[in-house]
Amino acid sequence: MSDVIYDVKDLRLSFPDMSRKPILGPAPRIEILKGLTFQIPKGEVLGIVGGSGSGKSTLGRALIRLIEPDSGQIDFEGTDITHMGEDDLRPLRRRFQMIFQDPLSSLNPRRRVGGIIAGPLRLQGLEGIDARVNEALDMVGLPRSFASRYPHELSGGQRQRVGIARAIALRPDFILADEIVSGLDVSSQAQVLNLLEELVRELGLTLAFISHDLSVIRRLCSRILVLYQGEIVENAATADLFAAPTAPYTQELLSAIPLPDPDQVWV
Amino acid sequence: MSFLSIQDLTVRLRGKAPILRRVSIDVAAGEVRALVGESGAGKSMIGKSVLGTLPQALGITGGRIILDGEDLEQLSPRARRQRIGAKVALIPQDPLTALNPSRRVGPQITNRLVDILGWSRKAAEARALELLAEVHIPDPARVMRAYPHELSGGMRQRILIASAFAAEPKLIIADEPTTALDVTVQKQILRLIAEMQQRHGTALLFVTHDLGVVSKVCQTMSVLYSGMVVEDTNVREFFASPGHPYSAALLAATPKYTDPDGSLTPVPETVIRAVEEEVAAFDREMEGAA
Repeated sequence: MSDVIYDVKDLRLSFPDMSRKPILGPAPRIEILKGLTFQIPKGEVLGIVGGSGSGKSTLGRALIRLIEPDSGQIDFEGTDITHMGEDDLRPLRRRFQMIFQDPLSSLNPRRRVGGIIAGPLRLQGLEGIDARVNEALDMVGLPRSFASRYPHELSGGQRQRVGIARAIALRPDFILADEIVSGLDVSSQAQVLNLLEELVRELGLTLAFISHDLSVIRRLCSRILVLYQGEIVENAATADLFAAPTAPYTQELLSAIPLPDPDQVWV
Repeated sequence: MSFLSIQDLTVRLRGKAPILRRVSIDVAAGEVRALVGESGAGKSMIGKSVLGTLPQALGITGGRIILDGEDLEQLSPRARRQRIGAKVALIPQDPLTALNPSRRVGPQITNRLVDILGWSRKAAEARALELLAEVHIPDPARVMRAYPHELSGGMRQRILIASAFAAEPKLIIADEPTTALDVTVQKQILRLIAEMQQRHGTALLFVTHDLGVVSKVCQTMSVLYSGMVVEDTNVREFFASPGHPYSAALLAATPKYTDPDGSLTPVPETVIRAVEEEVAAFDREMEGAA
């Protein structure tokens, strides 16, 4: 099964519900992910869609092991990483990277762009860091001179390019992008999506793209996972999902999108 | 005769950098007008100018705002506040920050009626209960006693809508009222706003960046770029054939799942350069006139 990058089986995850914690004793737990099973083949661009509280971000964070699942299994390229310790994970982290939603709060305001991109490269003990930083800036279409700028000097779209550059500088196999265009204006949204599309093709990346926006997902993704209250309600190829959505929630989601078209029937 | 007439409104940052450039917008009684633009275009600042809630560093340096036949600038600050309070209301973007977390919902709706409009507490409470039922909140009496954190985002936005309509304003400014909501909840809230607007005949100034939302809710629209109105049109005409290259590019950049290849097209740099040049030419002319 070498063509599968992620193999996820019966993934379960819960958080303690501190708002209902008794004075003594443990807090009751809220189940966020309720037994998810799916695979991500190599080279796929997988869209993960769902409403707020559906567990899409939690799923993403579990995939790159920023959080540890309760039970089930996550295999990354045949290695079981479900409960792996941080020391064992570190060499693997080079191979799965993340791009965050809000580029301003995920970029250190006191460091220059060059330092931000170099950070993970240093942690991984790589050589030729300057060359790699320049290469990453080239790939995301930012001038090399941006290495000496601070995040607050950049526009929203440029900042998100820095976030992308930091992720691809390590030449990972897998990237998780969590709502990375939802804070951007439509004009920069389109640019960032085009860039991502290009990078996936050129670098042979596998991408999981979390979004609440089915229009954006349709443009970018080859397969779509629809989450509703911690469960997968639909897992289909993009064309099939839009041609004939099977889950009632997917249908509701599609019919709720206001298209830029005054003639759309929207009742 | 327009209910709200904004004429050549110029707003500057500390008297210098222009934030709004001679903006003229008319809203007739009962009209639903969209203010569209990307972040920084100044769309929210128009609403804030009307409400008199511009940030400290910004000031109106030119033009007039005429509300229901009265030039706001000519009124005393006290009279201005009274007129705006009685005739205009706001539906804000984020229902969580707009409600005081440490107070129950009920008084947050009734205080405006009691303090600004001089209603009796009893009458205000009866009106609040009536309105909560009107915005389809089940068990209004219970919700009046609830704290904001006990309610969902959609529920909180319903409360703010009820609150906005409470004093029967003639104009409501809705500033990105559904941006913080899930798309399924957004649909319910937009339908509710449309329903309330029609029943009460209120004029609506609808600030949004989402052309999809505009096409569902609004009749007329003003497209802004860099504090300048680049197009003033009606909604059907806009979507059939946008009248300004920037408007057309904005429409082409808007995601549309039924047309994955024809939408999400980046705004071409030539279009940006051309509209920036328009803004610069406008500024030169403005400086020349001053």
